[in-house]
Amino acid sequence: MSDSKVLTKPKKSRRKRKEAIWAYLFIAPVVLGLFLFYLMPALASFGLSFTSWNGINPPEFIGLDNLIRLFQTDSFIRSMVNTLVFTLISVPLAVMLATGIAILLNQKIKGMVVYRTLYFLPVVTMPVAVGMVWKWLYNTDYGLLNYILGLLHLPQPAWLFDPNIALISVIVVYVWMTVGNNIILILAGLQGISETYYEAAEIDGASKLKQLFTITIPLLTPTLFFVFITGMISSLQVFDLIFIMIGDSHVLLEPLRTLVYGVYESGFEYSQMGYASAQAFLLFLMILVITIFQFAFQKKWVHYDG
Amino acid sequence: MNKKWLIHLVLIIGAVVMVTPFLWMVLTSLKSFGEAMQVPITIFPEEWLVKNYLDVFASIDMLRYYFNTLMVTLGRTLGQLILCSLAAFAFARMDFPGKNVIFILVLSVLMVPMQIILIPNYGILTSLGWIDTFYALIVPGMFSAFGVFLLRQFFLGIPKELDEAATIDGCSFFGIYWRIILPNATPGLIALGIFTILAAWNDFLWPLVMTNSEETRMLSVGIAAFQGQYSTDYPLLMAGAVLSTIPMLIMFIILQKHLVSGIALQGVRR
Repeated sequence: MSDSKVLTKPKKSRRKRKEAIWAYLFIAPVVLGLFLFYLMPALASFGLSFTSWNGINPPEFIGLDNLIRLFQTDSFIRSMVNTLVFTLISVPLAVMLATGIAILLNQKIKGMVVYRTLYFLPVVTMPVAVGMVWKWLYNTDYGLLNYILGLLHLPQPAWLFDPNIALISVIVVYVWMTVGNNIILILAGLQGISETYYEAAEIDGASKLKQLFTITIPLLTPTLFFVFITGMISSLQVFDLIFIMIGDSHVLLEPLRTLVYGVYESGFEYSQMGYASAQAFLLFLMILVITIFQFAFQKKWVHYDG
Repeated sequence: MNKKWLIHLVLIIGAVVMVTPFLWMVLTSLKSFGEAMQVPITIFPEEWLVKNYLDVFASIDMLRYYFNTLMVTLGRTLGQLILCSLAAFAFARMDFPGKNVIFILVLSVLMVPMQIILIPNYGILTSLGWIDTFYALIVPGMFSAFGVFLLRQFFLGIPKELDEAATIDGCSFFGIYWRIILPNATPGLIALGIFTILAAWNDFLWPLVMTNSEETRMLSVGIAAFQGQYSTDYPLLMAGAVLSTIPMLIMFIILQKHLVSGIALQGVRR
């Protein structure tokens, strides 16, 4: 007995070492790739925020100058406000619409898959193409939308060219684009709610509406929380749609300018890479703060006891 | 009975809103320029001009854009499926010093938004001499923290008895990965594959910044430039939009079951 123990011990540790070597080989490509193209650049971006850099000569340290300049620039303040407004309207709207539609789809109705497919089509469509199509739908003189409004004798606004409603017009497109993704997530959440809750409520004589607010919505809150977090993170980064909708129009630029648009413009149109990095870094901070804020407030509304 | 009708009514109105832009895109793409710019507007084309599609191919190098986009999509997708699954296997099934720390580092990448890495990467790719090459379009896209995480979760769900039996039979680590884990994780691999294909095909900001010549241009950038050139020729632009999205729409309709379960999976708490 004692002999075999002595014999297996080095064998075991040899196998352990072999396992570790293989494991390092398996993870090496991804870990190195993520380090080189993601983690290191993220850290470098922080450093570059304090430099002046044209992308060719070595970066020159200028301290907080970029940040000071940003907060004195109207178009940057504008881009921050636009990004916040965009997110704070589009995400709740998309989540509310998606919740309503998902609850309807979950009523064991015929043709559920057909509806789900149709609602999801915009999600797989190239955002550049989405921007082009909606720009055409929104066309003041020849667009389908104003044609329909004209038939109904309603006012025909200049959707994208009226600075007061341009951002709202793009929010509508974004909601149209993302609602399908939310529907699928929420539908999965709904299907995870056990039938027994509803059976118990039926016995207690609770109405369908009461069941919705006392069972469905509370038990759905973890899913809604996830949809909110991921939805906000991606809507804060909106770019493709805005870029296409603006086109070469300088009229549209200010009402629709977002943080990522600013990063692109400063970095790659004006070659002010340090200045652009500072904006990217502030965007990251904004995402971080909003996400932390949401996690801090989840206790107030998310039920994990279901 | 009544209520079901009401539900269908609401859902149909919603579906019309979702589908109309697509129908309008297709209908406009078949009209003449004069007809598109006419008041009152027509719903159906007076003459169905399929020629617009040929005009797109004649005005821009669509075939090259398709080829480039296909190469980038394939490269990133195959790369992610192979590299992420290998790493995910190590994190899910193997033991090694520093495992947890490294895994947390990988997860921390999930929080880094694309824009923040864009500018330093421009510097990195410049010093590698990769700007305006397929390396810039493909290589950084082959690594994904999300892919590692998604597959690891999937692998953890595969019964451990399966690989223990294989180990006793003298199966190597690679053998377990290849013969036990991968065949049992096809839904996860398909989901990651579809996500990667979609993201690569529709990607815009990265190719816009990292490439500038015709030779490396992807569809999204090509179509955006096309819009800049023919800004008011909507029939032509819509034909271009149809051509650039059709492959993904077809893929979605064929593989939607997998995509839907893949998306649903992300929302599940673990």
